[in-house]
Amino acid sequence: MSHVLIIDAANVVGSRPDGWWKDRAGAARRLHERLLVADTSYDEIVLVLVTYAAFLVFEDLIKLIWGVDPYFAYQPYELLGRVLIGGIGFAVYDVGLFGLAIVIGVAAWWALERTRSGKLLRAVIHDREISTAMGINVARMFTATFVIGAMLGALGGAITAPAISVVPGIGVDVIVLAFAVSVIGGLGSVAGAAVGALVVGLARACAVHFLPEVELFVIYAVMAVVLAFRPQGLFGRPAVRKI
Amino acid sequence: MNAPLIAARGLCKRFGAVVAADNVTVEIAPGETVGIIGANGAGKTTFVNMVTGYLKPDEGVILFRGAEITRMPPREVTRLGIRRSFQVAQLFPNLSVRDNVLVALACTEQTRPTPTAILRTSARLAKANEILARIGVDGLADRPTPELSQGQRKLLDIALAMVGRSSVLLLDEPTSGISAQEKLPLMDLVMEAVAAESAAVLFVEHDMEVIERYAPRVIAFYEGRVIADGTPLAVLADSDVKRYVVGAELHRRAEGVRA
Amino acid sequence: MRTPLSLAALLAALLVAGPLMPSWLVFLLTVAFAKGLVVLGLLVMMRAGLVSFGQGLYYGLGAYAAGLATNLLGVTDAIALVALGGVVSAASGYVLGFVMARYREIFFAMLSLALSMILYGILVRSAALGSTDGFNLPPPSFFGFAFDGQTSRLLVYALTTVVAIGSAMALHRFINSPAGVIGEAILTNEIRVEYLGTSVTGVLHLTYVIGATTAGVGGALIAIAAGHIDPDLAYWTTSGEFVFVAILSGIGHVAAPLLGTAVFEAVRSFAFQYSPYTWQMVVGISMLAVILFLPAGLWSLFARRYRAGGAA
Repeated sequence: MSHVLIIDAANVVGSRPDGWWKDRAGAARRLHERLLVADTSYDEIVLVLVTYAAFLVFEDLIKLIWGVDPYFAYQPYELLGRVLIGGIGFAVYDVGLFGLAIVIGVAAWWALERTRSGKLLRAVIHDREISTAMGINVARMFTATFVIGAMLGALGGAITAPAISVVPGIGVDVIVLAFAVSVIGGLGSVAGAAVGALVVGLARACAVHFLPEVELFVIYAVMAVVLAFRPQGLFGRPAVRKI
Repeated sequence: MNAPLIAARGLCKRFGAVVAADNVTVEIAPGETVGIIGANGAGKTTFVNMVTGYLKPDEGVILFRGAEITRMPPREVTRLGIRRSFQVAQLFPNLSVRDNVLVALACTEQTRPTPTAILRTSARLAKANEILARIGVDGLADRPTPELSQGQRKLLDIALAMVGRSSVLLLDEPTSGISAQEKLPLMDLVMEAVAAESAAVLFVEHDMEVIERYAPRVIAFYEGRVIADGTPLAVLADSDVKRYVVGAELHRRAEGVRA
Repeated sequence: MRTPLSLAALLAALLVAGPLMPSWLVFLLTVAFAKGLVVLGLLVMMRAGLVSFGQGLYYGLGAYAAGLATNLLGVTDAIALVALGGVVSAASGYVLGFVMARYREIFFAMLSLALSMILYGILVRSAALGSTDGFNLPPPSFFGFAFDGQTSRLLVYALTTVVAIGSAMALHRFINSPAGVIGEAILTNEIRVEYLGTSVTGVLHLTYVIGATTAGVGGALIAIAAGHIDPDLAYWTTSGEFVFVAILSGIGHVAAPLLGTAVFEAVRSFAFQYSPYTWQMVVGISMLAVILFLPAGLWSLFARRYRAGGAA
């Protein structure tokens, strides 16, 4: 009984009012058939939906756990002090961030290009079906990649915390920045991500310094300009289909 | 004057270190039927891609009825009446088999697709069903194209290429993936339709029986160069062709059949 | 064809039920159908592979066009305002479409987002337009007559419902037209479409303009319904929400966006009313529940690969 109910609900959502309810068993069988034919492997759109839903949940969880008042974590700046490089004073923490970013970037590049797992991942990205046929556990690869991505995101947030006031909603702005960096740098390229981040960061800093009114625009303007001249991003590989 | 319908002169194309076309010159007369042979990677498909505008040659020109079409994109080349089928069937997997044909019909009938008319008019449906019946997939008309067999996908691909009038039809390995007893009926079908339009046909083939049966003229490619161009007998007797394309054994068998 | 009839029946039912519904429901449905129009436009665009994360651009343009026409030009006729919103966004969509139709996938998404955020930036920096606070609109008039609160709200509801369902019927015809089905073909094999002699950018340009127009009309309607506009209409999270609702509703049938938006708005309103501090979490969990427990029910998601020939 419960099985029939579930399939009925499945038939309703997203269905057409074409009279399928007159033959529910047949409709259930047809749905089953179509599912067999459909590519039931992992779909990127579902990931986007799930991530967005999770984002909504986390936003409120954060408010529940930590409240809405801002947190300040300036201690690392205080404790580490400043240093003079080339006559300009820098916070030691900021210099450390710079170094850490380089280390992580190199590690990411090395993992993708030089390790076996990295090669497997690139194979999966290139052609999911053939990878499965070769015995690569695609689902595990995607999960692992997602987890690593989430960890890097969390790490980014953690090390940025001392530099900003930590309030609910800081996650929202960084999403767009992250996508802008990826698009400018070109998808799938670590070097692209590095260059893209530098471009975006410098553009923002210049805007804030010279023309604060355009701070909101400048990233989008840069993105639009880059895409106009190199539609696949600075380091992206233009995909030419062989026919 | 017998001006060539299509004239490709001095075509050169490299992909990095690979020479896909090396000074290729080919002229096709109106209504001519030509077979193209060559080992894998010899440059046959590159040639078709260049003539139809998908690839731009590094050097050389392509003329259609005397006018230059070298840099024309595929869309305009098609509008001139030069149509092609593909080595790997290019279909629309998210549409039903019938919808694939309907899309081809709509694209051919209208220069700009209309947003207000209905696609599935009874006239178009009748035409589509007729085409599907002729290639034997009418039973699968409502199924998505991934459910077709490899051979059926090929047939559908060729059918899509033959929707609409053409003055030149380029078929890239039309019988590959099709069972032995169905190859000749397919080619009969194609040549019949082509004759009705008096179109020129170029077909790339690996099956020498198909070549000998349907192509009064054969062009052989090797490493991006044209190494022979003439009647099947002459070309298959050519020593270079024997060495690089056909293989001595096959030629001996072919000679035996003819003798 | 059955769809136009069912939609007409639905429209009739909704119009008749209007005066009988409690006013919170009337308002909820007005807002839902106004937003549903944006999602409807996304349906058409997404079927051709254009996932726009920047519909807020046209949503905002339509709303501000209506708002400015009211406050600066004294136009209060609701139908004129809606038409204006549509015309402004259609024209902008036509111009921007020349650029946008050349991009695909994430590049298209990010470029569309960028454009909407540029509008947001302009609106926020513009003190004359009220900056982040935006501004209010006076109640609309209909054919020269002003009506009192309750009647006015019902008329706005009626207008929105007629426009939304009428658009659904029109777009149902579009997705079964040559341009509509060729758009679906473009999604999976652009090159073959070009080889059939049809311009891909031409079809995508048209599709983009359709998306822009419905979003602009939706924006004008929301401005009238809410009586207030602010730059958040153009913010990327607004655009993102439209995309998520579009995906959740399914893009297989034109009624789906209207239904899906109504459900989403209902869930959001109730969540906000009953747990004002955790309403986002409630919405998120509901979405997760739908995704995880009715995977077969989100058939239209997985069915990007195949849609049976023939219209319902």
